[in-house]
Amino acid sequence: MIASTALVILLPFAAAFAGFLFGPRLSRPLRNGPAVLACAPVAAAAVLAAVVAFAVWRTPGARTGTLSMIPTGGVDIAIGLQVDGLAALVGLMVCCVALAVQIYSIAYMAGDPRYSSYAAFVSLFTAAMLLVVYAGDLLLLYVGWEVMGVCSYFLIGHHWEDRANSRAAVKAFLVTRLGDVGFLLGIIVLGVGAGTFEIDGVLGRVGTLPDATVTAAALLLLAGVAGKSAQFPLHTWLPDAMAGPTPISALIHAATMVAAGIYVVARLYPAFLAAPAALTVLGLLAVISMVGAALAALAQDDLKRVLAYSTVSQLAVMAAGLAVGADTGAVFHLLTHGAFKALLFLAAGCVITVAGSNMLRDYGGLRQNMPLTFWSMTIGLAALAGVPPASGWLSKDAVIEGAQHTALHGGEIPGAAAWIVYLGLLATVALTAAYAMRAWLMTFFGEPRGSYEIREAPPLMSWPVAALAVPAAVLGFFGLGAAELRPHVGAALIGLVFLLLGGGAAFLVWNRDPALDPARVLGPARPAFARAFYVDEAYAYAVAAPIRALARRVVAFDTRGIDALAVGAARGTRRLSGPLRIPQNGNPQTYLTGLLAGVVIITAGVVIFL
Amino acid sequence: MLMAAIPLAGALLLLVPPRRLLPGDTAVRRYGLGVSGATLLAALYALAAFDYSAPSRMQFEVDRAWAPAIGLRFHLGADGISLPLVVLTALLTFLCFVHLVRHPPAGGSARLLTALLLLLEIGLLGTFVALDMVLFFVFFEVVLIPMYLVIAQWGGPGRRAAAYKFILYTLLGSGLLLAGMLLVAVNAGTLDMTALAAGHEVARGVQIVAFLLMGLGFAIKAPMWPLHTWLPDAHTEAPTVGSVLLAGVLLKMGTYGLVRVAVPAAPEGAEFWAPYLGLLAVIGIVYGALACLAQRDLKRMIAFSSVGHMGFVLLGIATLTPVGINAALFGNIAHGLITGLLFFLAGAIKDRYGTGDLDALGSGMLGSAPRLASFLTFASIASLGLPGLAGFWGEMLALVGAYRPHSGLPRGTFIAFMAVAALGAVLTAAYFLRLLAKITHGPRTAGSPVAAISAHEYAAWTPLIALILLVGLWPKTLLDVTTAPVRALFGGG
Repeated sequence: MIASTALVILLPFAAAFAGFLFGPRLSRPLRNGPAVLACAPVAAAAVLAAVVAFAVWRTPGARTGTLSMIPTGGVDIAIGLQVDGLAALVGLMVCCVALAVQIYSIAYMAGDPRYSSYAAFVSLFTAAMLLVVYAGDLLLLYVGWEVMGVCSYFLIGHHWEDRANSRAAVKAFLVTRLGDVGFLLGIIVLGVGAGTFEIDGVLGRVGTLPDATVTAAALLLLAGVAGKSAQFPLHTWLPDAMAGPTPISALIHAATMVAAGIYVVARLYPAFLAAPAALTVLGLLAVISMVGAALAALAQDDLKRVLAYSTVSQLAVMAAGLAVGADTGAVFHLLTHGAFKALLFLAAGCVITVAGSNMLRDYGGLRQNMPLTFWSMTIGLAALAGVPPASGWLSKDAVIEGAQHTALHGGEIPGAAAWIVYLGLLATVALTAAYAMRAWLMTFFGEPRGSYEIREAPPLMSWPVAALAVPAAVLGFFGLGAAELRPHVGAALIGLVFLLLGGGAAFLVWNRDPALDPARVLGPARPAFARAFYVDEAYAYAVAAPIRALARRVVAFDTRGIDALAVGAARGTRRLSGPLRIPQNGNPQTYLTGLLAGVVIITAGVVIFL
Repeated sequence: MLMAAIPLAGALLLLVPPRRLLPGDTAVRRYGLGVSGATLLAALYALAAFDYSAPSRMQFEVDRAWAPAIGLRFHLGADGISLPLVVLTALLTFLCFVHLVRHPPAGGSARLLTALLLLLEIGLLGTFVALDMVLFFVFFEVVLIPMYLVIAQWGGPGRRAAAYKFILYTLLGSGLLLAGMLLVAVNAGTLDMTALAAGHEVARGVQIVAFLLMGLGFAIKAPMWPLHTWLPDAHTEAPTVGSVLLAGVLLKMGTYGLVRVAVPAAPEGAEFWAPYLGLLAVIGIVYGALACLAQRDLKRMIAFSSVGHMGFVLLGIATLTPVGINAALFGNIAHGLITGLLFFLAGAIKDRYGTGDLDALGSGMLGSAPRLASFLTFASIASLGLPGLAGFWGEMLALVGAYRPHSGLPRGTFIAFMAVAALGAVLTAAYFLRLLAKITHGPRTAGSPVAAISAHEYAAWTPLIALILLVGLWPKTLLDVTTAPVRALFGGG
């Protein structure tokens, strides 16, 4: 069991390694060598992950296996894995999305000279995420966590010839790394406090740790979660990460990276439950993120950026679920979101390939000649907005239900915070329906606004999209098996009202003139929404610029301050040697005078003091 | 202790006039390759023959009377603390010779350079295996002169000033070091480092002064902020092989000395000075990173990155815990491998583009020299401390150590150090990414085609890359060897 889990991680890792080592040379023995190397291992891993998930489903319970302990002189590090229901499910989801992305990429990246390195990085990315999912030790988890960060850097910057991509890649890595530093410190606080880095052991001892320690650790961990899962205030990298190839956006937004943050909170949930202050912070950040990102999504011109902000917003929904104690609902939403967001990005990729543009204003009327993409994307957007009975409706409803319950009956976090979370969720439902409706109408309805030929994307691209449409539509029903995930009439009805309000408003505005952008009614607020409330500018002004200035000061100080001191000391010594040389001028008369003077002084001293 | 003897014999043989032995530069270079290769084999033999069940015991000991009148002994030996550094030294020297076969620096006879590098290797190996304080000091000093000459003879345009600065700075450090060591030795009545580590009765005041003196000596070598200013100049001006050995091994003498000599010989002094050491180490981390962020020269930037990385090593030592010392030893090896590789790459870039200036290098190296740029990317990623590569574990363990320092140290202060050092790690990522974005990304700069990587360069780089991966993916290889002796040093505390 643990061995096959290890294989799930090692297969993509080996594929990545082989990809870097042999690269394009693989295409000589076999024309599709790099593509086979990319897809076959992850397909095998998906099968194995399914077997593991099935075994866990048959006989629930956590299974752990430790290969080896690394001595550190203090708290030892365990090289071990742990599989429970949560890990098995998320692992399976990761493998499936990664497989879809790899197959899709064969067509999307056809003709790219660096396809093999691209595919290898996707494999490494998958392996790293799987390591996060299955890790049995916090530091092992951190290894996967960081490797994912660097893979995102390489993949976002895949087309590095363009400076904009390069900047986006650097930004993604730096912003997430800033959070990761907090995450690492949180791990250290938790691990050293508990005397072990093994997740089981840490969670078992959370109760015995002082409150301050647990709260500090949970808050530090949240920094990493906010970075990876793109929550306010570390969300700014995600929209820019759209610079990467579209399949990468699907991978980052659906299955890996952003999912990791939420997954880790769910994984370490007992530690967070022991720190209500951290949960409150998580809930408030989630509200800011979900409403802010939804408003920003409403005003974006770029289809991929609409989806990017929707990711921030949906992740915040999950974070809110975790904050109010609806952890099952949050994880459920993570899974359905993985399915429908991968679907949405891959479908957007089809649209972009056909239209040759990312901009909503260049689309319109794509419905007729792209039926497969249209229907898939319709299902995806319906799931995103939470239209019953698509998967997103059931999972989001479980979260809203949990928030309502906490707000009304109390829970882990203070009542006021719970109310804010609940109202934020409802507002988000309306906003999500509005921007999903806008994107849907502007892309597929009205008159075609571009001059390109509208046709379906290549089969290798459209079929993974169609395949993903199935879980995006029906995955929700699997939740009906669990009592806490079943919808309740009251909460569901309130949610539906907000959904209709948002979606209806967007439709009415669009219907007045289908050729125009419905976002025009935002009026003077639109630029602020489009720039996502100028958070980027604030960072550039408050963080980046001062650090650059400080760096220049340090360099100047190093040469003019410290080094000048050292060199000056040497020069001073040399100068001092000048006057000291004067007595040593080789003149016997001076020497004799000095000698006599010395004798006189000594004699005088003896006479006076003795 | 065949290891030190081989380069010694090799260097002595080169005193034979060229007409009699090995005429021509190529023959001399091959000879150097052979001698350092034999040394590496001896080191690998030691690695194989080392008794891993007792890594805290001194092994391969040689203990002879040297100057009995003053109690000097010729005492050599290796334990888990020194063994990895010995192997690293032998490996890096060998790789330098591999590199030299095809890429000799201009500036002087190959014969002299070979002899100097072999002499350097003697000093380095000797420092890491010496167990007598005076012997340690002798080897410590043996290193200086060859390095001075290598910089002054084969270096870049500003080599004279850089070489002077190097030798004056380090000689000053050596003077303080000798005074400190003798102060302890006279009071404890022994010069033997194993005996000193086992425990002694030296007054606290004496220990404090002695640790200050020794610490300053080692800190100059490490280098610790603000005693680092010799380093950027020396690294920038030195030829590639000089920079590689300087960064890869020479700096480690300082931190190794702290672990092997200063802390065991004056434990109470160490406890007194540890917060200050930690403070300066943390300043070094942030300062080095900031200095890198605004640097315009490739080699200078890598040199400043060393200040930051050695800051983590010093922070580990300052915690005075087994974890912290482990971090320092791990960081030593990782920094040696990674920065060695970085300097090889910087040298290769300078050879090909004729400049190390980041603006003049242009952009799009991934397009014009994809292999070289990929190697540079790998080395940078390793250097910024990506988990799964060598650089991470040392830094992480240093942070763990700082979170719970030795019981006699102020914990709050060290937690603050931990937080600042961790932020320094973000800045480290920032400057490496800036470097990569600036020269490897972007549109290709027009220019003449860049020479492909030669077989000798591959041969010199591949072992380093393989080791960075090995140590990074399986840190147990190193920690297994160092943990027991470190625990023995601190009584498990």
